Amino acid sequence: MFGFGLLKALWVTIKNFILPSRFNAYQYPDRKLDPVSLAQKEQKNFFLFILQSPIKVLKSLMGLISNKEYVPRNPRFRGQDFKWYIERCTGCASCAKYCPLGIIEIQTSSSHDRVTEGEKYNIDVFDIDIGRCMFCGLCVEACPYDALHMGSGFEEATYSRNNLIINVETLKSAPKKPSTWFRPQLEAQGYNPQKDKEVPWNEVGRHVTLNKTEQGNRWIRKS
Amino acid sequence: MPIKTEPTIINLGPQHPSTHGVFRLRVSFDGEKVINVEPVFGYLHRGTEKLAEERTFTQIVTLTDRLDYESSMTNNLAYVEAVELLANVSVPERAQYLRVLVSELQRIASHLIFTGFFLQELGVFGTLLMYCFRERENVLDLFEMLCGARITVSYMRPGGVTQDAPPEFWKNLDDLLNKLPQLLDDLENLITDNEIVLARTKNIGILSPQKAIDSSVTGPILRASGIEWDIRKANPYEAYDKMDFNIPTGSNGDCFDRYLVRIKEIRESINIIKQCIKSIPKKGPIKNSEVPFFLRPESGEVYSSIESPRGELGFYLVSDGGIAPYRCKIRSPSFINLTVLKPLLIGWKMSDLVVIFGSLAVNMGEVDR
Repeated sequence: MFGFGLLKALWVTIKNFILPSRFNAYQYPDRKLDPVSLAQKEQKNFFLFILQSPIKVLKSLMGLISNKEYVPRNPRFRGQDFKWYIERCTGCASCAKYCPLGIIEIQTSSSHDRVTEGEKYNIDVFDIDIGRCMFCGLCVEACPYDALHMGSGFEEATYSRNNLIINVETLKSAPKKPSTWFRPQLEAQGYNPQKDKEVPWNEVGRHVTLNKTEQGNRWIRKS
Repeated sequence: MPIKTEPTIINLGPQHPSTHGVFRLRVSFDGEKVINVEPVFGYLHRGTEKLAEERTFTQIVTLTDRLDYESSMTNNLAYVEAVELLANVSVPERAQYLRVLVSELQRIASHLIFTGFFLQELGVFGTLLMYCFRERENVLDLFEMLCGARITVSYMRPGGVTQDAPPEFWKNLDDLLNKLPQLLDDLENLITDNEIVLARTKNIGILSPQKAIDSSVTGPILRASGIEWDIRKANPYEAYDKMDFNIPTGSNGDCFDRYLVRIKEIRESINIIKQCIKSIPKKGPIKNSEVPFFLRPESGEVYSSIESPRGELGFYLVSDGGIAPYRCKIRSPSFINLTVLKPLLIGWKMSDLVVIFGSLAVNMGEVDR
């Protein structure tokens, strides 16, 4: 029958309009709430809500009430603001060698400080140009001592491109909440960078512990 | 005395909502009839092939994400397959199954985008696109769980995959597989019998099987013309030889068939994923540990191709024994599929032009590379 297909299609749209299980409009969480969405959030009828708590309605009209939830992300999310532990970094520049764009700059100087395995190096410059970074995570994969980790932030807009270059000071002072991407030892603990506390440098662990031949074969296979 | 008329030349694009990216069509119209078409592209050229020549074999994986940004997993797979053939690297079995699984998930996501935008071009503004995007979001969430990114995944490496799936991945995958058939039924109820859609797409832009073969068209467009050709069956890679699935084909080769083949392919993909979940080895390595960061394949050349959601995606790699390929040529399906655009469009009306172009589902990131 002509027109039956149209009615069938309309039935689908009506179903999607009515059934709550099909709703899928997520608002950006960190926004100012208007009275209607505030009533929705408190799961009350809007008109009852106005009568019951007029002060809240007034506040939300003035833009004083905001939603404090975070955008749900998975623990492996590769995000901005790298997490770097200076105590673990040896300045080997594996990350800089492995970066496809060459945006990591490392300069080290000798500290004349003898430790068991050799000389200790001071890391003078550790610049990551986040403005060109594509967050592939290869640097994190290459780090043999788990000093560099991905972060999990994404709201890092700045007014100037120069502010996107993160240096040693920024890396040092950043909150140490590493993403669990390529860090199975953190994943095994069930660590979630959005919810859990900071991880100190001595609790991060190693994703791989290699012997001497394996270390040699890590970059170029010698057979 | 006849009235003297001149053809009108109209530029469709580069910035036009229905050209799927920065693509320009110089169309000559006689009234409303298309008499000549001249595609102009290169607006999104990033020089991927040249950039690949100065990056190591592992670093190029990140470049392949950006070719066809709607199906980065299959791009990764196509490239990694070529490198493994070149360097003679074996892949653990669990990694093979994971690769099949993610590339089928990517096929679902890509075909859902196609369906949404195809209907957008017919004038169904927004509604259906949002339904499709809603479900695609679930697939992208799975990717984020697996590899930390939604679009630019960089999931595969020569010799395996980066990381094993977390336990919650399998639970969410089951949820998605239970939910998807219902959405597909919804889509079919909305589109397949809809009289307006049928009037706009049936018998429009017919591509004959002979013409399709002559222009070396691949993928769903070829199958819509009635030719049963799928690299997953013809030359099985990874674990596809252990999978049992059909190749859906069309009968007419018109725009409607190109849509229908894709919807049927989503159903087949769900079938393949279910088989994957059943037969994937429960434990085992996911990466060949002998592959170093700087892979140095022996000098030689290799061509390897896979069935991406848009057709045959192939990589031709030449190695001179160094850490970077000497030459990396990409055979992108969208670019080759564009060759039939001119014979398909000539003779049709202006409003059919948008529909026919949309049914080819080209991706400009892949055309321009």
